[in-house]
Amino acid sequence: MPPLLEVKDLRTFFHTRNGLVRAVDGVSFQVGKGETLGIVGESGSGKSVTCYSLMGLVPQPPGRIESGKALYEGVDLLHCGTEKLNRIRGRKIAMIFQDPMTSLNPYTRIEDQIIEPLLIHGLADRRQAVKMALEALRAVGIHDAENRIRRYPHEFSGGMRQRVMIAMALITKPDLLIADEPTTALDVTVQAQILELIKRMQQELGTAVILISHDLGVVAGFCSRVMVMYAGRVVESAPTEGLFYHPKHPYNRALQKSIPALQTKGAALHTIPGQPPDLAKTIKGCPFAPRCGFVASGCGDERPELIAVAPGHSTACLRVQREGLSI
Amino acid sequence: MTALPPAPAIETVPTETSESSSLWRDAWHRLSKNHLAVGGLLIVILVGFLCFLGPFFCHYSYEEQNLKLRVLPPGKAHWLGTDSLGRDLLVRVLYGGRVSLTVGLVATAVSLVIGVLYGAIAGYLGGKVDVFMMRLVDILYALPFVVFVILIMVFFGDTLRHFLIRHHATFAGSDLILLFGAIGAVEWLTMARIVRGQVISLKRQEFIEAAIALGLRKRAIILRHMVPNVLGPVIVYSTLTVPGVMLLEAFLSFLGLGVQPPMSSWGSLIKDGADNMEDASWLLIFPGFLFAITLFSLNFLGDGLRDALDVRSSKD
Repeated sequence: MPPLLEVKDLRTFFHTRNGLVRAVDGVSFQVGKGETLGIVGESGSGKSVTCYSLMGLVPQPPGRIESGKALYEGVDLLHCGTEKLNRIRGRKIAMIFQDPMTSLNPYTRIEDQIIEPLLIHGLADRRQAVKMALEALRAVGIHDAENRIRRYPHEFSGGMRQRVMIAMALITKPDLLIADEPTTALDVTVQAQILELIKRMQQELGTAVILISHDLGVVAGFCSRVMVMYAGRVVESAPTEGLFYHPKHPYNRALQKSIPALQTKGAALHTIPGQPPDLAKTIKGCPFAPRCGFVASGCGDERPELIAVAPGHSTACLRVQREGLSI
Repeated sequence: MTALPPAPAIETVPTETSESSSLWRDAWHRLSKNHLAVGGLLIVILVGFLCFLGPFFCHYSYEEQNLKLRVLPPGKAHWLGTDSLGRDLLVRVLYGGRVSLTVGLVATAVSLVIGVLYGAIAGYLGGKVDVFMMRLVDILYALPFVVFVILIMVFFGDTLRHFLIRHHATFAGSDLILLFGAIGAVEWLTMARIVRGQVISLKRQEFIEAAIALGLRKRAIILRHMVPNVLGPVIVYSTLTVPGVMLLEAFLSFLGLGVQPPMSSWGSLIKDGADNMEDASWLLIFPGFLFAITLFSLNFLGDGLRDALDVRSSKD
């Protein structure tokens, strides 16, 4: 079965005053129908820019998509033009954002916002759309939807707004939902509810989900496959179990060691020394090499490719690939 | 959270209230609760009615002189008295109100249209277009305002007069048209800056990105998501522009560039009154009072509109 979305060698650079910033540098991945893909990485690792590129949200200039393809049903999202893209985004591929406080228009009623995707894609007339919106709001657990739908965003709490966003994103029954850190701005109890909700909606609608997060715990409980990004590149991609139980890339391992909850009480918190590389400078070799505990002589010379080292499990570490280094 | 409320509730949804004009209806609802703003609105309407219809019911015309009845205090024949040329002050005040209000509203509308469009385009397109457009605004800002207006009035004044003569048309208001144009051409600069700033801050808001991600076209994004969000500051600034423009008109009339005698405007009447205030105080008091009360009302109205259009200001 062909994948739902296939991204090949995506490069998104920003031409800034400080030089060329390689925010996304050769990212390839696939998402199958109904699959849940997690993208993990620290701030600035390019996970959001990857998805923004797919949705045509990268501000150009300064951003530019230098190369790559993103095939969805035979259409290259990166080069198909706004007209064609407008028929896909919002309808087939929907997105929810990090901050629910600012992702709803403060001057428009919930009702008008939530039915907007239905109306602009011509999927329903106004009456039907309102009916569907009410159902969608109930489905995301908003009680008293008949009253609430007439309200403005400021009359909702953060968690409620994120629910509205989810209802809005899923109202067209898209094939793919991109969730860009949907729980980062919410408190912990609400986080769990929202994730639970996305999961349930996914099961009901059969939607594939790309979940962007920097929270390994969230990803572990939610995704079937996980992609770890570092400095604009994918360093490891594996089924969730493999990624957590058999980490191949030293960065992935270091990340997991840094989760506070997994450490013995009283022990000094494990941290990764150094800082992520400056993306405005050209990186020769492995971007993680300067911080890596397993660095060897060849690591700084050539760029490691993402190569499968176990079934479904690929990594971009030269030592793992060549010497079978087990960490 | 998974429990769904009973389904029949769907039928109770009032579908007729779900039109997209809801923002305006809500704004009106909130405005009507603000007594000061409603009072302001009523006074502005009342003054407007008086000025535009009043002169038809007066026995005198604004230019009719009666040198035997100069500088009469308010009395039975002339309710508000007469000026130094024996003209009836009441009709002159009402007639002047016509001119002042029209100049104020039309020039503001001109500046509003130019400023909002210019600012929105510069802000939305950004980049080099924005830089070029805003430097142009800076240059215009730096020009001495009076010189600029005089240039417009002198240069286009002749052109317009020739045009009218060529077409055998006589139009008493030709100077007024120029006045609208000249003031509007100057007043839009600040509006353009305000709108540009608002649009730029809006452009990177997540709800705009969300709208793009939903597949909305640029037009829909600007009209449905951007415009309502810049309305607040624009309206407030407009209501401040109206009095500003009225004062400007008075200033230009004083220089002999604006309204030409025997036509009157509140500005020119106040100036005449100020010249004679020691022996004929009514010449200053009546036009001044009407001018002041109109400006006050406009300010209250603007304030009320700002609050009414801000959906976050009250939870009705």
